[in-house]
Amino acid sequence: MRDVAVVAFAQSEHSFSDLGWTEADLVMPLVNEVLSVTGMDRSEIGFTCSGSNDYLVGTPFSFVAALDTIGAWPPIAESHVEQDGAWALYEAWVRMQHGDIDAALVYGFGKGTIGDQVGISSLSYDPYYLAPLVPGHIAMAGLQARALKDAGFDVDPDPTPPPATDGAAAVILAAGEVARRVCSRPAWITGLDHRIEPHAIGSRDLTHSPSTREAAARAGVRPGVVDFAELHTRFEHEEVLLRRELGLDEKTVVNPSGGPRKADPIMATGLIRIGEAAARIHDGSAQRAVAHAASGPCLQHNLVCVLAADTASDLVSEGER
Amino acid sequence: MGNRCAVIGVGQTKYRTKRADVSLAGMVREAALAALEDAGLTFADIDSVVVGKAPDMFEGVATPELYLADALGAVGKPMMRVHTAGSVGGSTTLVGASQVQAGLHERVLVVAFEKQSESNATWALSTHSPFSASLVVGAGGYFAPYIRAYIRRSGAPANIGMMVAVKDRINALRNPYAHLKIPNIDLAMVEESMMLWDPIRYLETCPSSDGAVAMVLASERAAEAAGAATGRPPAWVHGAAMRSEPMGMSGRDSVDPRAGRDCAADVYRQAGVTEPRRQFATAEVYVPFSWYEPMWLENLGFAEKGSGWKLTEAGATAFDGDIPWNPSGGVLSSNPIGASGMIRFAEAAQQVRGQAGEHQVAAAVDGSRLALGHAYGGGSQFFAMWAVGARKP
Repeated sequence: MRDVAVVAFAQSEHSFSDLGWTEADLVMPLVNEVLSVTGMDRSEIGFTCSGSNDYLVGTPFSFVAALDTIGAWPPIAESHVEQDGAWALYEAWVRMQHGDIDAALVYGFGKGTIGDQVGISSLSYDPYYLAPLVPGHIAMAGLQARALKDAGFDVDPDPTPPPATDGAAAVILAAGEVARRVCSRPAWITGLDHRIEPHAIGSRDLTHSPSTREAAARAGVRPGVVDFAELHTRFEHEEVLLRRELGLDEKTVVNPSGGPRKADPIMATGLIRIGEAAARIHDGSAQRAVAHAASGPCLQHNLVCVLAADTASDLVSEGER
Repeated sequence: MGNRCAVIGVGQTKYRTKRADVSLAGMVREAALAALEDAGLTFADIDSVVVGKAPDMFEGVATPELYLADALGAVGKPMMRVHTAGSVGGSTTLVGASQVQAGLHERVLVVAFEKQSESNATWALSTHSPFSASLVVGAGGYFAPYIRAYIRRSGAPANIGMMVAVKDRINALRNPYAHLKIPNIDLAMVEESMMLWDPIRYLETCPSSDGAVAMVLASERAAEAAGAATGRPPAWVHGAAMRSEPMGMSGRDSVDPRAGRDCAADVYRQAGVTEPRRQFATAEVYVPFSWYEPMWLENLGFAEKGSGWKLTEAGATAFDGDIPWNPSGGVLSSNPIGASGMIRFAEAAQQVRGQAGEHQVAAAVDGSRLALGHAYGGGSQFFAMWAVGARKP
């Protein structure tokens, strides 16, 4: 794959109450910040992709208002996923593999404070048999916590959710020489993969996460030292499961940022994991870091991103020396 | 543009007012299985799944890729959910194609759907966010002023929209999947129908449909293998692009949006198209309200600014014209919103594959000309297009 790096990351000062900010208010300063940090002009961005969820504020096109803020003129090559911004980053990374563009802008945003999160999360479940019961994300997490507890893990079987949060994040991806020009220590994406599991909870073993394991294997988490891992753990019991499936040992520090338990702006939370992991490489505190993003009840859908201070080709040339 | 990519399978459900016989999952699976059968494949052959639809409030199911993973054979695979307003069917196709063009996957299943009978689209489009007032106009009320502006600028005769409405509904009679079938439709019937949003009459607007469409997109190697195995040729992607522009920018031309012109220019550059009217054999273009045919004829460079309506009036875009537009009957005849863009892309592919059945445009088959698939959305601000051909690019 082509060498692509996270060269800039910005996130909002997340809020646990509605400060009256629109999505545009959340996104615009961050886009300006990542452009400013890299010294890049908007015209250098070859592709833009965002992630959001219409149901959070109850509008049909929450991404349209955000698009109005990013300077999409002249018109830009742009797309949107109704998923966490981590998947928008995946789409942009795939697009950069074509080889004709050298930089991409990715952002994700969510206003979690103004909606009923139990109701909204329930609307993403099977609409015939599950959603009408309005189980919500907390009760679904409880099923997984109980399964882990019963399997002998030392976890609280009665999980508490993170506080509802308003916030956003933005990332710039750049390839090869452009990345080296705009960032003194690019966080190279050495592996990126995601996998989904069945939606029917009854058909899953909730004490395992085969999708995380598969994505980690394909992203190449092992072998190699992982200094830091930023995991999309909205509930405490998820860490023990993810540590095992990712193959992380005790030396790996998990969620040095505080993680989603301290700020969970839905649809940006996963992208922030990638940004925080990249930031540890940007500031020199890590050589290699892993980021994880999740979606769906009981970690149904998992994305794994491996970031490193050296590209794969750097390591080969060092070996040759 | 990256590696070569081709369409090797297309599947569509029949489009109906209400598909009460299937669940959401059953409906998307019906299209996916039809596409796999066309490609001579099963779910096991698919590396990745990309699903697209318009706003989740159209069914009341949020982030439905989670629920649909089982029915679409996505378990253990990467799955994406694209949402770019009305252009989403086109964007979803291009996100899937991108994974092949990047060299990441051999075969990608793309699926788009809408089950509009589950909700009310005009309501879902009119709910207001906590930060702004609702116009409560739906799509027709939103686009009617743009159409009036077009008529004023171009001086087009008042019956052009009605001519498009008649032409596309007659085309739909040749398409077994089409929703609206009005065998005796004529200008008088359209003119007598109720005025909904002046100048858009009832018969000049798209229906509200349930339905799904799916395609299997493949690498060069996988496409050659599938074509040899099934005897049905692939449709090769010659050019693909997306463009977006802000909705609320003072000075933007929402009647003839620059994003549409730029998107077409990008696709034409990749495909080597300099004379679209001559180099395309046919075009499947997102025309949800009749007047959008002459408007897009100009925006896409098939006609000079202000003269798109003359092609419609002269019959050039009719099934037997020199550049048939929407031989399938188009969005005016079938409109499961989130799928409507991908149906355009899929119908363009079927034309160059020679698989369009009774609405096959003869000139599309010999490989010398391309077919255009087009989708737009939002406030005429999101565009996705591709050019496909029978020959490798």
